[in-house]
Amino acid sequence: MSVLVPTSLDAALQAIAAAPDATVLAGGTDLMVEINGGHRRVAGTVVVVNRVPELCTWYHDPRSGTLRIGAGVTYAEIERDPIGQWVPALAQAARTVGSPQIRHAATIGGNVGTCSPAGDGLPVLAALDAVVELQSSAGTRLVPFGEFMVGPKRTVRQPGELITAITVPVLSGWQGYAKVGVRNAMVIAVASAALVVGDGSVSLALGSVGPVILRCPEVEALVAELADFGERQLSVDAIDRCREAARRAARPIDDHRSTADYRRHAVGVLAGRLLRRAFPNE
Amino acid sequence: MSDASNEATGEGLAYTLHVNGVGREVHDAWVGESLLYVLRERLGLMGSKGACEQGECGSCSVLIDGNLVCGCLVLAASATGQQIVTIEGIAPVGAPSDVQQAFVDAGAVQCGFCTPGLIMATHSLLDRSPEPSEMEIREELSGNICRCTGYGRIIDAVQRVAVSRRAGAQ
Repeated sequence: MSVLVPTSLDAALQAIAAAPDATVLAGGTDLMVEINGGHRRVAGTVVVVNRVPELCTWYHDPRSGTLRIGAGVTYAEIERDPIGQWVPALAQAARTVGSPQIRHAATIGGNVGTCSPAGDGLPVLAALDAVVELQSSAGTRLVPFGEFMVGPKRTVRQPGELITAITVPVLSGWQGYAKVGVRNAMVIAVASAALVVGDGSVSLALGSVGPVILRCPEVEALVAELADFGERQLSVDAIDRCREAARRAARPIDDHRSTADYRRHAVGVLAGRLLRRAFPNE
Repeated sequence: MSDASNEATGEGLAYTLHVNGVGREVHDAWVGESLLYVLRERLGLMGSKGACEQGECGSCSVLIDGNLVCGCLVLAASATGQQIVTIEGIAPVGAPSDVQQAFVDAGAVQCGFCTPGLIMATHSLLDRSPEPSEMEIREELSGNICRCTGYGRIIDAVQRVAVSRRAGAQ
């Protein structure tokens, strides 16, 4: 057994190529909870990836209007400017991740790698049509987030692949994230939602109410039809219909954190709340 | 690449941690040990407390390369080559830091179990934001749970330090 702490991307990729089933450790805020609780055995190789400089940087490209966030960038950095200015909904989600202690360690790559339906960053990435970059010794592949997550904590990442970056568009329209939990801080989402307003269209994604993050095509079509984007206007009746459609889109379960009924209710409230913030005029 | 493996002997891991400015050797360690465990059980540094072991309570808060993190959520063997500061590194016994003294003066310590973590979090907060609003204090200390005080006196203690540092700087 060994713990490898590579300090370059090449070294990290070599380590994972040599041990394709290695446990990949980023900030540790998911993995260590499982290890401390005895829910996960660690044998073989652990590859620690949060000390790889190439993974801990971001690159804003104004020409393509995109932000490439290295997988090792922490949520503490994402909640601050300048990333907060470019992707405000992601910064809002980041601010709700755990506590300052958690955000100093937790990375966006780790959030995507764990891919819990309750992951706070994930609804935002789904609403933004983010792209996940995976590298291995065989090369690089880009996977839209909607295809990356295939189930609760299940992704299309293959053994030997490393999540290296997440690319999101930098948009000018309103965007936001909302979440329900038992307190304001240090809470795992019981239900969550992210709304992104584009040019005459919106994207709505729901978290913690299904096996994967759910986009809401029915709500998106309703808003495109009924909203006045210039006046930022959407009627009370239209928001009611969207709330109902969001509830219908949810596929929640009962578990130790909440009930399916409550989650379905809450996610409708969140969808309506975000739509009213985006379209403040009735 | 630093490598904390010790496969040749078939025994546990061996590695070095830099804690409070001193290199500390760890031998025969299990791969999954948290930094909190190693600090307390292998290095004898009992100031960091272990309660929830899932990052919720903050009683194990330490600084790694200047960032406040939960010691229980750091894989100890991954922290090689980083500067770790624990509550023992904040001030020597008998000469409390201004934050520690303010907690005493404000009555912000009752059972004391959460106190080391809150002292670490307060130092981290005031280093980054010397004059925090009450809302900012509440948000920044939201990862440290205290079941005794109700937080009022803790917030008072943080504000006392901010005021005294500002007065001292003038």
